[in-house]
Amino acid sequence: MTLLQVEDLHVTYRGGEGDVPAVRGVDLTVGAGEVVGLAGESGCGKSTLASTVLRLQPAGARVTGKVLLDDEDVLTMRWGRLRAVRWAAASVVFQGALHSLNPLQRVGDQIAEPMLLHEPGTTRGAAGRRAADLLERVGLPASRVRAYPHQLSGGQRQRVMIAMALACSPRLVVADEPTTALDVMVQAQVLDLLTGLVADLGLGLLLISHDLSVLGSTCDRVAVMYAGRIVETGPGRDLFTDARHPYAKALAAAFPTVGDPAGRRSPAGLPGDPPDPAALPTGCSFHPRCTVAVAACERRDPLLRPAGPGRSAACLLVGEDGGPLAAADGDVPEGLR
Amino acid sequence: MTATTPGAGAAGATPEGSPLLALEDVHVVLGGHGAPSARAVDGVHLQVRRGEIVALAGESGCGKTTLARTVLGLQRPTSGRVLVDGVELGTSRADLRAWRRRVQLVPQDPTGSLNPRRTVYEAVAEGLRIHRIPAETGRREDDLVAEALERAGLRPAERFVARYPAELSGGQRQRVLIAGALAVGPELLVADEPVSSLDASVRGTILALLLRLRDELGLSVLVVTHDLGLAWNIADRLAVMYLGRVVEAGPTEEVLADPQHPYTQALLSVVPETGRLEPVVLRGEPPDATAIPAGCRFHPRCPALAEGPAAGVDEHLAARCRGEALPLLPPSAGHTAACLLQAAKAEGPGNPAGAPDDG
Repeated sequence: MTLLQVEDLHVTYRGGEGDVPAVRGVDLTVGAGEVVGLAGESGCGKSTLASTVLRLQPAGARVTGKVLLDDEDVLTMRWGRLRAVRWAAASVVFQGALHSLNPLQRVGDQIAEPMLLHEPGTTRGAAGRRAADLLERVGLPASRVRAYPHQLSGGQRQRVMIAMALACSPRLVVADEPTTALDVMVQAQVLDLLTGLVADLGLGLLLISHDLSVLGSTCDRVAVMYAGRIVETGPGRDLFTDARHPYAKALAAAFPTVGDPAGRRSPAGLPGDPPDPAALPTGCSFHPRCTVAVAACERRDPLLRPAGPGRSAACLLVGEDGGPLAAADGDVPEGLR
Repeated sequence: MTATTPGAGAAGATPEGSPLLALEDVHVVLGGHGAPSARAVDGVHLQVRRGEIVALAGESGCGKTTLARTVLGLQRPTSGRVLVDGVELGTSRADLRAWRRRVQLVPQDPTGSLNPRRTVYEAVAEGLRIHRIPAETGRREDDLVAEALERAGLRPAERFVARYPAELSGGQRQRVLIAGALAVGPELLVADEPVSSLDASVRGTILALLLRLRDELGLSVLVVTHDLGLAWNIADRLAVMYLGRVVEAGPTEEVLADPQHPYTQALLSVVPETGRLEPVVLRGEPPDATAIPAGCRFHPRCPALAEGPAAGVDEHLAARCRGEALPLLPPSAGHTAACLLQAAKAEGPGNPAGAPDDG
């Protein structure tokens, strides 16, 4: 069952010297019991997309398209309805657990707060008991409700953030870089926790990260974003091991497979910087950094189209079967596949 | 890719065979003053040879950052010795000052480490001024700054000198910090999680830069990280640290292809998409350096010990894991691990694991 359906979403910020398109036509769905990954580097629009799901984008941003939560459009909801939907239908775990918790308030009170605000009639005692249950649910002793954030480790604080996101039993959780500041063992614990919640509670989870290796090992489906658009989608593992779009390939290669001679003493990076959204290149916005671009890539802006079973890619050089394709006026260079 | 052989690179008047840096049984105890004292570094032997990249890996709180601070001369060891070219590092201001010019830090968070109100030029020139390098070498400061920026891959330097950190990408900021370190002409870089706060696409380009600096300048690098993929990408040798001790060390290929210590095995198994290992997710946080367990310090979390006989751990051996203090790993170039289970296995089938003959 589809919980979240994003259709042709555009988000444009107003800059001093004209408009800055942050999200440029994105389609995305997340179903119940499904983990969907969204990958991309800083500035690609992935965090803007996450905040727009609950209409939390900065004031002044112009938004078009649809964000359907259970078939109801978040973008056109009345304020009162929106307030009810936040937390109860969907919640967001934002990046940086250290900075998102109030240092002066016990974590139990912070977890209970959305219940008290969003579920009229909930008593403090009941909310406190549920906060304790939620802490156990995320793998912390219930007694930690009395702890202040500084008394917890980074991994524990991230668990508190997840407990808070679950406070009003939402069906969709959006997690923006939930493991980025954590080390590998704690990252593995948090990812285990999140996928366990999806399996046990039938949640839908939209997991946002710059680390395609994390998404590849966790997600049912992954979408890779570049310069405000999705440039490739497919099953999580395939996208990491066998990406088709040159940008997705570069992201996947950034994290070596330990033991694979290809990565030994030869770290793979992608030179150059993402484009300035206020001054996007002509044609395919990735072409200036693309190692296999042909002349046509400077002129033609490829849309997302099928690229093999269950997959799609936005690249002139990827055919509908996922194989390489000769561009209209240029040969496919060696090394694309 | 040419692996620089130890001893090659920037040769000085060094006694043959002495590594650039050697830690011998270094202990650092932090705290006290009423609070319980933490044995943050609890007996470490570690060597970094000239032109060698050594990765020090472990979880948050394992003592790797305290060890890095000790190497930088910012933290005095409680006991043990730090040897530079085979000579014990003095504790006088002059000694430390001389050493701090030969060793430079590449910090973790490029954004937080740069002053937002100072230009790239100022950031790179700071170290030159502190160590009075233009006066000493008779070279112009702006030439030295430009040279360092270009070495760090910011070319042409004049495009960058007048910029402020906010005008740079994350990768460029990290290159500015590397340029600042290179400007004073160090022999050893200590890089503390040099790519953990950078985008995936930038990560590889910064790691490639560290490799190139080793090859071109003969620099040694001690890189502190929780990321075994990073070690696989660039490190010649890898030391895995747990609760203040090195528990496994050796050539990177050997340690990662055939990890001996259950902790290394667990760390490797949770690297996403490693694919070849069943993930062993250790429960809980790394235990507390104020209360290091007796016996093998890893035993409360050890998956092999928890599995018991199925993993070849009989009761006698388990009792040793819980009670018998392990010797420090010697400073050896070979592959070593501090684990009784491994030692018992190595004794072979003729001498069953944990046979009660060695009390």
